[in-house]
Amino acid sequence: MSDTHHDHPPDAPPTHYQRMEIALREILMAKSVFTPDDVRREVEAMEGRSAGTGARLVARAWVDPAFKARLLDDARLGAAEMGIPPGPYRVLVMENTATLHNMIVCTLCSCYPRVLLGLPPAWYKGTAYRSRAVREPRAVLAEFGFALADDVALRVHDSTADMRYMVLPMRPAGTEGWSEEELARLVTRDSLIGVAPALDPQALGRASDAAG
Amino acid sequence: MKEQHAPPEARHLTDGHPVGAHDVGGRPGPRVEKDEHPHALWEYRVDAMMLLLSARGLLTTDELRRHIEGLGAGAYEGMEYYERWCAALAAAMIDRGVVTADELGRKLAEVAAREP
Amino acid sequence: MSAQAFGAADPFAVGAAVRVRLSWPPGHIRTPAYIRGHVGTVAANLGAHPNPEEIAFRRSGQPGSVLYRVRFRQDVVWPDYRGPASDTLDVEIYHHWLEAAGAAR
Repeated sequence: MSDTHHDHPPDAPPTHYQRMEIALREILMAKSVFTPDDVRREVEAMEGRSAGTGARLVARAWVDPAFKARLLDDARLGAAEMGIPPGPYRVLVMENTATLHNMIVCTLCSCYPRVLLGLPPAWYKGTAYRSRAVREPRAVLAEFGFALADDVALRVHDSTADMRYMVLPMRPAGTEGWSEEELARLVTRDSLIGVAPALDPQALGRASDAAG
Repeated sequence: MKEQHAPPEARHLTDGHPVGAHDVGGRPGPRVEKDEHPHALWEYRVDAMMLLLSARGLLTTDELRRHIEGLGAGAYEGMEYYERWCAALAAAMIDRGVVTADELGRKLAEVAAREP
Repeated sequence: MSAQAFGAADPFAVGAAVRVRLSWPPGHIRTPAYIRGHVGTVAANLGAHPNPEEIAFRRSGQPGSVLYRVRFRQDVVWPDYRGPASDTLDVEIYHHWLEAAGAAR
């Protein structure tokens, strides 16, 4: 099936495209298009990006209405305020409310706010999600374990072009007085794509009990 | 010729016209497989090359997408995500004359020959 | 010098009813097939951008095209849609892919 990760044992010989990656990179370095350090820096930067960044923005927006207004107006400015490099694309933040839930897909490729969320998960890039999210989004949400009530309108955003999208999930009940850091732990990557709500604070409590 | 508008009842996806294998919105599909694996180093490096080439004015996102779409329908069934990216990067560099196919072919053989 | 972007002088207003052109060009196209021919309303004007259908072939992308977020009713796009009538679908579409429509169906 497409887009699934083929198991490739570490001691197996490289695949054709793994060799291609090495060959292309070595030729481009020999031509001084870039250096090994350039590649290493980009790899490290991408490894450092994660949905934790988007979660920090959401937690700030939950506690600071003025910041939320600026974030909704232009996520790049909101991110810059928190020292987060804005990246090349404008990111539009879609706010969930009691009557509207937002969900993001890119049907043509895999547009994703990589600066704020890191690399997209395999399912986001796969054809199953991309084909079905626009046509039967409630069925897709149900497969993620998310039963959206019929009195909440669902808005799917097909990100086909020059914008990137992030969802601002609703702040869960029972989190009054929580710090930004605590709140950020409730904001999962999936909630920023819109295939899940933010975590229930009781679920988080159980998870940390289990971990502790 | 004047374009035809879809009559209200003709809501099928492409009206019989060919569209790219990448243009999958609305097609029937299987359940979403949520298995996740960490990315391998070579995948990060493909990603890094895309960013570096873009920053140097040697690639655009739209050009990369065109080359991915040019891999054809079989690529979606037979190749992983970053395999498609890697093949498209190579095609784009050949298209721009940054590398030649011959250089790439010889280097591929060299890479394979030095494997233990 | 670049020509003015499509729609820059006379953009569709937010709230206007627009129809996605039913067209099947070859090449690199950013308007998904499933939405062509459908009528929606302009939800946002996202500004003029170089035309990606040209950039993909290593041209300048000029003249550019105004990009909109166009909102469609799910139960109109998909007659067999399962969900409330309030469910919507927002798609980014460039000006040159749109034409004025009457009231949305």
